[in-house]
Amino acid sequence: MAERVLMKGNEAIAEAAIRAGCRHYFGYPITPQTEIAAYMAKKMPKIGGVFLQAESEIASINMVYGAAAAGMRVMTSSSSPGISLKAEGLSYIAGSDIPAFVVNVQRGGPGLGGIQPSQSDYFQATKGGGHGDYKMIVLAPASVQEMASLTIKGFNLADKYRMTAMILADGTIGQMMEPISFEDAQIETYEKPWALTGTNCERKHNVVNSLYLQPDELEKKNFERYERYKAIEQTEAMWEEYMMEDAELCVVAFGIASRVAKNAVAAARAEGIKVGLIRPITLWPFPTQALNAAADKVKGFISVELSMGQMIEDVRLATQCKRPVALCNRCGGMIPSPDEVLDSIRKAQKGEF
Amino acid sequence: MAVVFEKPKSLANVPLHYCPGCPHGIIHRLVAEALDELGIEGKAIGVAPVGCAVMAYDYFNCDMIEAAHGRAPAVATGIKRCRPENIVFTYQGDGDLASIGMAETVHSAARNENITVIFVNNAIYGMTGGQMAPTSLPGQVTQTSPYGRDVNHCGWPIKVCEMLATLEGPEYITRVAVNNVKNVNKAKKAIKKAFQNQMDGKGFSLVEVVSACPTNWGMTPQQALEWVESDMLPYYPIGVYKDRSAAKEEG
Repeated sequence: MAERVLMKGNEAIAEAAIRAGCRHYFGYPITPQTEIAAYMAKKMPKIGGVFLQAESEIASINMVYGAAAAGMRVMTSSSSPGISLKAEGLSYIAGSDIPAFVVNVQRGGPGLGGIQPSQSDYFQATKGGGHGDYKMIVLAPASVQEMASLTIKGFNLADKYRMTAMILADGTIGQMMEPISFEDAQIETYEKPWALTGTNCERKHNVVNSLYLQPDELEKKNFERYERYKAIEQTEAMWEEYMMEDAELCVVAFGIASRVAKNAVAAARAEGIKVGLIRPITLWPFPTQALNAAADKVKGFISVELSMGQMIEDVRLATQCKRPVALCNRCGGMIPSPDEVLDSIRKAQKGEF
Repeated sequence: MAVVFEKPKSLANVPLHYCPGCPHGIIHRLVAEALDELGIEGKAIGVAPVGCAVMAYDYFNCDMIEAAHGRAPAVATGIKRCRPENIVFTYQGDGDLASIGMAETVHSAARNENITVIFVNNAIYGMTGGQMAPTSLPGQVTQTSPYGRDVNHCGWPIKVCEMLATLEGPEYITRVAVNNVKNVNKAKKAIKKAFQNQMDGKGFSLVEVVSACPTNWGMTPQQALEWVESDMLPYYPIGVYKDRSAAKEEG
């Protein structure tokens, strides 16, 4: 039987990153993700790696930019206000087509907001966040096990597609403890002929850059990048379906909200309501295929979110507005109880969306 | 026939985009000569800024990266911490290094990052068309200080070398100029030393090069070099502000 260890969600990310070959961590303290930095500060010096506390989130993402350009597996982690500061670097990393791994353990916003769990950075993560046309692969763990496995997956995908992979977690999964295993970890490696290593006077110089002053060149770069994004949308979307076989209603939820929603779905089933759950595991690419297929079977959707309703827009787009979509939400650090979600399911059963 | 003068190997054989009379060409050449003479072109990784030198990544033959505005020392830190065997340098202007990137400058110096920083101070934002810089002189007329820099309104110019020299961290902080042949030769020595320091593992070395911007100062190249001597150097005196190894040897 696989060896299982009890870990905090944030520590699971840190340990998984090390197992994925990450030896460089640059960060700046912010609640509720500091366990990642603390774990790295302890471990990295003992395994020949580098932990460096930067002077700001801006500096830390730019250290990631440099280290990633040098061809290394590198990461930073932060929480919502800190991710806003990293947006500049994320845009440059996208524009330079280099791989990076970034963790956002979300807290409530806007502004300084609060320090309790939230999912209100969905737009920021999936629609860009920084300036310009770009995407990030966004992974949404719903358990401590997934904090680990999606971290390893994230490093692989980042290298494969030369772009940022972001873990979009929340304070609850970051702080809670569950038993996990690392035995299924698949570490992939990719050649990086574009990396800054020094020419050794043997090759033409490599340039990592996002500046294209000729508009036709910049346009071409963006079109090429979006071709790659299209391929990712077709092949990399991940989701979980729960009790969807005969479902007449579909709850959509990710991360900690999906754990609450699952309990509510089970409770509704006990009342005889035919409801199921689709849990996006990748938020970009969004599991459009699964939702659009469900729209042909169910009479409506309920989007359960810890925000004022952000993913709901993607649910409507994915289902092409074929069915009504209700919103069941709390925000600011509040989490809905299974009963609140159950109430939304009951209302939807009666046709109230 | 003997070759008595040629382009440094580290400098790419491409036309530079700089304005006529701009000393960036001289400073690029000094950096390239230092790389050649120390035999480190193949190990060098350069970080270009945002500003007039934004396209420096096309001008040096070593591996290059283009940083966001002011972030070059952070990018250089990331590279150097991954590849300590490589020689990592930044090439930055005054807006980049002393305004938007001040935090990155101060903290990389405080950490004594083993990198080399070439800081070109021409007291103006050149690329965007001549706005007031953190190093513009009191009374200096620019696009955004059209009545002259009023220190009561927008504060005093920052003396980067003097400020960084107060830190325990950095190894070598010096100010040079490129307004005449004698100063160019001194600048070359300082730049070479700043790279040698990195090769020797000594840490953060910054060379401030007082330069000119004839185009945005509204002067001829000759007048601009004279203004460096008459107006800039009295406020920004040439000299070594910190040299830890030399101090140790003397001490």
